[in-house]
Amino acid sequence: MTTTAVASPVLSVRDLVVEFPTADGKVSAVNGVGFDLAAGETLAILGESGSGKSVTAQAVMGLIERPGRVVGGTVSFGGVDLLAASAEDRRRVRGSGLAMVFQDPLSALNPVWSVGFQIGELFRVHRGLSRKEARRRAVELLERVRIPAAAQRVGEYPHQFSGGMRQRVMIAMALALDPTVLIADEPTTALDVTVQAQILDLLDELRDETGMGLLLITHDLGVVAETADRVAVMYAGRVVETGPTDAVLAAPAHPYTEGLLASVPRGQSGREERLLPIAGAPPSLARIPSGCPFHPRCPYVIDRCRSERPPLAGTGRMAACWRSEEVGRGGR
Amino acid sequence: MAVADSPVVAVLEEAPVREAGLWSDAWRQLRRNPLFLGPAVVIAVFTVMAVAPGLFTRADPRACDLSHSLLRPSAHHWFGYDLQGCDYYSRVIHGARVSMTIGIATVAGTALVAVVLGTLAGFYGGIVDTLIARVTDVWFALPTFLGAIVVLSVLGGNGLPQLTLVLVLFGWPTMTRLMRSAVLTVRDLEYVTAARALGAGDLRLMVRHVLPNALAPVIVYGAIRVGIVIAAEATLSFLGLGLQLPAISWGLMIAGAQPRLLSAPHLLLFPGLFLSVTVLAFVLLGDALRDAFDPRLR
Repeated sequence: MTTTAVASPVLSVRDLVVEFPTADGKVSAVNGVGFDLAAGETLAILGESGSGKSVTAQAVMGLIERPGRVVGGTVSFGGVDLLAASAEDRRRVRGSGLAMVFQDPLSALNPVWSVGFQIGELFRVHRGLSRKEARRRAVELLERVRIPAAAQRVGEYPHQFSGGMRQRVMIAMALALDPTVLIADEPTTALDVTVQAQILDLLDELRDETGMGLLLITHDLGVVAETADRVAVMYAGRVVETGPTDAVLAAPAHPYTEGLLASVPRGQSGREERLLPIAGAPPSLARIPSGCPFHPRCPYVIDRCRSERPPLAGTGRMAACWRSEEVGRGGR
Repeated sequence: MAVADSPVVAVLEEAPVREAGLWSDAWRQLRRNPLFLGPAVVIAVFTVMAVAPGLFTRADPRACDLSHSLLRPSAHHWFGYDLQGCDYYSRVIHGARVSMTIGIATVAGTALVAVVLGTLAGFYGGIVDTLIARVTDVWFALPTFLGAIVVLSVLGGNGLPQLTLVLVLFGWPTMTRLMRSAVLTVRDLEYVTAARALGAGDLRLMVRHVLPNALAPVIVYGAIRVGIVIAAEATLSFLGLGLQLPAISWGLMIAGAQPRLLSAPHLLLFPGLFLSVTVLAFVLLGDALRDAFDPRLR
C-alpha cells in the first residue's frame, strides 16, 4: 500500500489551525496542517515534543479543551466537515467513525470498572445490546486483540493487566464500534520495548482485517519505518515533508527530516556510526522564527529562508524547503 | 516480528493477579483496620438503638413517677431518674433515634445538593462554575447559628424536618466545594478524555466516569459531618431553638441537666457520654475512610 496520492480519502484535513492563549499571547500549536488518509492505509505523523502532532490528533477528534481553540481549517470525514458540525453530530462520529487509542493505557482506562464492563458499555449504549450479549462481544473483542484467557479476564480491572495487555484492552475498546479511522497517539511510547513491536503488529493486522485507516502519531522513526505507508513530518506546528515512507526515509527532501535520520542509529551490524544531533533546540511556539521556522538550525540556510516561508510543494512527495532539491546531496 | 504473539511472551506479560478496583481495594483495607471496625460497630449499635430501642430497654421513657424525681443511678436503674421521675436509661436509649435520624437525613440531603452542584460546576466550568462557586462563597458568609435562629423562627414549629432543613441549608457549601474540586481533578484525567473520544455524552461521562472517581472525599467528609450535625442538633436543642419537650433528644436532656449540674450530675453525664461517643465514632469512621481512599497512604 504505497500510494503517492490518495484517490478517495476517508479523512481529509486542510489548513488546520489550533491556538492556545498563553501569558505571551496566543500561540498556534498547529498552524496550517493538512493531510489525507485513505481506507486501509497507515499514515504516520512524525514529530518531536511540541511539534503539534498530538494537538492535531485531538483537533481531528474534536477533543481540544478550553482554553485551546480550533480557529481554522476543515476536517472532512464521510463528506462532512466535522469542524462545522454540531457538538451532537461530532459525538456520534466519535467511537463509530473516528476512534482513538491513547499513549498511556493505564490512565486511559477507568480504574473503577472492569475491562469487560468498559468495553461492553459501548455495545450497550451504541448498539443497544443486553448486558449479557455485550459481555459476550467484549470477550470476542479481547480475543481479537489476542488477550490470553479472555473469558476469564473480562471481569478484571485495568490495574490487573500489564502495560501491553492494557494497551490491547484500549485497542479493543477503540475497535468495538468498527471505526472507519483509528487514531493512535503514541500508542507504544509508554510500553516496554519488547511489547512495542507486538502492539504495532497488532494494529497493523487489525488495520489489514478491517480496512480502517490508521493515523499513527509518533516521535519514533523506527515505528514509522516499520508500520507506516506514508509519513508526514511535523515541525513547529506545520507539516514540513510528506510522502511514501520508503521514499522519505531513503531520500529526505527537507533538512529537518535529514537531521532526524542522521540522529538515530541505523543499527547496521559491524559498522561504527556517528550520530549527528540537530544543532539548537526546537523553537518556542510563542517565538517561531520568521521565514522558514527551521532556518536557525538548518545547515542549508540561505537568506531567502530567513524572510520567506517555503510552501509545501510537490505532488504526492512534498517538502517545504527552498533547497529541497539539494537536500541529501551534502551541503552540511 | 512473528515472535511477538507467541504464547511464551504472552504468559510472561501477564501481571501478578490482584483482586478488583478502587472501591474493593478500599473495602479490603477497611476490613482489617481496627480504627474502622471499632467506630463501625459503635455506629451499628446506635443504629439498632435508633430503629428498635425496645431491644435495649423495656421501660417506657414517658412513664414517669414524680416520687422518683432525680434519684441517683442504682443497680436497678443504671442511669437514675430525671426531674419528672422518668427512667433516665430508657430516655437516653430513646434519644438515639433523634440524633441518628437528624445526622443521617441531614448529611444525605447535603450530599445530594453538593454532588449535583459540585459535579455540574466542576465538569462544565465556565459560567456554570462561576455562578455556583460565587453563590457558594456568599453562602459561606452567612453565620450558621444566627441563620438557623432566623430560619427556625420564620418556619415556626421546631420538629425534625425543620431542623434537618436548616442544617442542610447551612451545611451544603463546604461539601459542594469539596465535590467541585474532586470533579475538577478527575475531569481532566485521560480516561475521561478517552471515554469522550469513544463517543460518550456529557451525562454518561459525569455519571460513569467522573462521579465514581470523585466521590471518595465527599464520603469521608460526610461521615465526619454526621458527627458534627448530631452535635449541632444537640446545641440548637440546648439553646432552645431545636426540638421542644416532650420530644426526647440528647440535646434536650443536656439542656435540662444544666440547672442541676451539681445536685444531679448523672443528668448531664449519660446523654453527654452517648452524644460524644456517637460523634466520635462518625469522626473516626471518616478518618478511616479517608485513609482507605487515599492511595498515597496505602
